[in-house]
Order: sequence, then C-alpha cells, then structure tokens
Amino acid sequence: MSKVLAAGTVAPGFTLRVTPDQYLSLSDLAGRPVVLAFYPADWSPVCGDQMALYNEVLPEFHKYDAEVLGISVDGAWCHEAFVKDRHLHFPLLADFHPKGAVAEKYGAYRESEGVCERALFVIDRHGVIFWSHCSPIAVNPGADGILDALERLPKEGASDGHAKSSSHAA
Amino acid sequence: MGTLKVPVTQHDHIKGPADAPVTLVEYGDYECPGCGAAYPIVNLVVEHFGRRLRFVFRNFPLTQVHPNAEPAAESAEFAGAHGRFWEMHDGIYENQDRLSPPLLFALARALGLSELELRNALASEKYAPKVKSDFLSGVRSGVNGTPTFFINGHQHEGSYALEDLVLAIELQLHAKAAL
Repeated sequence: MSKVLAAGTVAPGFTLRVTPDQYLSLSDLAGRPVVLAFYPADWSPVCGDQMALYNEVLPEFHKYDAEVLGISVDGAWCHEAFVKDRHLHFPLLADFHPKGAVAEKYGAYRESEGVCERALFVIDRHGVIFWSHCSPIAVNPGADGILDALERLPKEGASDGHAKSSSHAA
Repeated sequence: MGTLKVPVTQHDHIKGPADAPVTLVEYGDYECPGCGAAYPIVNLVVEHFGRRLRFVFRNFPLTQVHPNAEPAAESAEFAGAHGRFWEMHDGIYENQDRLSPPLLFALARALGLSELELRNALASEKYAPKVKSDFLSGVRSGVNGTPTFFINGHQHEGSYALEDLVLAIELQLHAKAAL
C-alpha cells in the first residue's frame, strides 16, 4: 500500500477536469472542509460502491459544510456517464492527464496497476490535511472515519487560523 | 473491521428471544439484489439456530440507485407500526423482482392494512426518520454496502453463504459456552 500524506501536511493544490468542459481547483473550495476520496475506478457493483455510499451520506457531510470530491484516473466522459447512471450529487474529478499526477502528490497512486488507491483525506478550512486513511484496494472504507474526522474538526470561527492547526490528531 | 455502534433496543425489529446467546443484525436494502439473495439464507439460519439466535433487521437503503428502496423500507416500518413488520418484510423480499409502489400497496392490503393510510404515510414521509436513523447507525458502524451483517456486534467479514454465516454464529456460540 502507498504511504499517503499524513495529517498536518498542507494539501497539494490541483486543478482537474470535473466535466468534459469544466475544471475544479482545490483552491475554489478554500474556507470549507473538503473530503477527497481517491478510488480505483468507476463502475463498481452498486450495492457495495463507495461513491454510491457517499452519495447517500452527503446530507451528513453537508452538515459540516464539507464538500466531497471523488477522484480516479477515469476520464471526464466516463465520470459523466457514471454520475448520470448512479445519480451522484457530488463531483468526480478526472486525474486522467497526466495520468494519476494528483494521486501521486497525495501518495495515493498505485504505479503497478495504474490506478488510485482507496485513500481518504479530510482537509480543513485552511487547506491542511486533518485526517487521512488508506484502505486495502478491495475494501470500501465506508464513511465512518470521514464523519468522525469532520466531527473533530475545529468549528468555524473557533480557531483564528493556522496558529491552532498544528494540534491535529493523527 | 466495524463494530455495531448502536446497540439493539426495543425500537428494532427483532425475531427471536431477547436472551439468545447470539444476535445477528442485518443492514439491508429491499431493492438490493444481494439482500434478495441473502433473504432465504437468513431464514434458514434463523430456523437452524432456533432459540439460540436473535435476528434484527435495520434499513440501509441506497435511495439514489434503488428508487424503490426507500418507499419499501418506509412501508415495512408502516407495517411494523401495526405489528406486522416481518410479514411485510418477507412479502417484499419474496416479490423483489416486481418491487414497485403497487406491490407495496397490495402487500399492505393483503395484511389487512389500509392502503390509504400507507399512501399518506409515504407522502408525508412519516417513517423516513426511522429509516434514516437506521441508515446512520449503519454508517457510524462502518457499513459500506448491503447486505452487511454483525454477529454479536462484530461485522461479519465472510460471505453470506449459508455455511459461512452458520460457522461464524457457531463460533460465537462456542465462545459463549466456554465462558
């Protein structure tokens, strides 16, 4: 398994295609917690699919004002078809060209298979990784770890910025 | 792996004695084909262990991919409010291949329940909070898809094949007997 970026690390910035004609940058979401979910590929079987699960848990993520982004090496057209088929209500980013470059920055690329790890990152309002987790590739990590991390995030206004962001739990 | 974070209470749908040495909890979706396939197996497991097993069903509908899962879950809860949960639960799984609102209404009528009352309950989402609370208890316990089983609070990592479930439950029975 790859060594994914640990809590306390500044989240590497990126700009990726989110639809065939739109891009999304991590910096667009500054000021809000972000959940980054790297996963190997679109089109896993429905009932155990990680993205389908996050789709259902979305209202809970939103309670923490968090934005969820799925990332795989699938192309934007593939993502578009997958989003449509599964009625996903959050963006999927295409780490397609150069392939896996963003995953690589997060330590979440499997060179041997050419796909992303199942790696999760919760990024705080200041762009610092607050929690990260990497699962075995065949294991859908669920949403409990993400929700626990979001719950532990300092509340908006509770912190005066980066000064207190060094107290992240692992 | 996961442990059951929300203990079984009287608000759950329970089959079997409260003092059974083993409790099997299933998180399921009425439209999930895997849950449909597991349904007859769970019945065999329940029959096999008799009074040594307590079975609990909790809702985990994937509503965006299974459009009938939420109304089915709410219909089962509606029947449950009238003391007929398991009949509705069985009726839905036994007819999963034609799951639709008309089926849910027909099942309610067959149980002597009011179709109008069910329609109103679905329209007003009367039982949605119960379904949601089941779902969230599953999310918090690490449920990542359906069906997911917990045996005495520990997530069952094996398959839901009859022999796997029976073996896992027997291990718990032996562990209890050894105490």
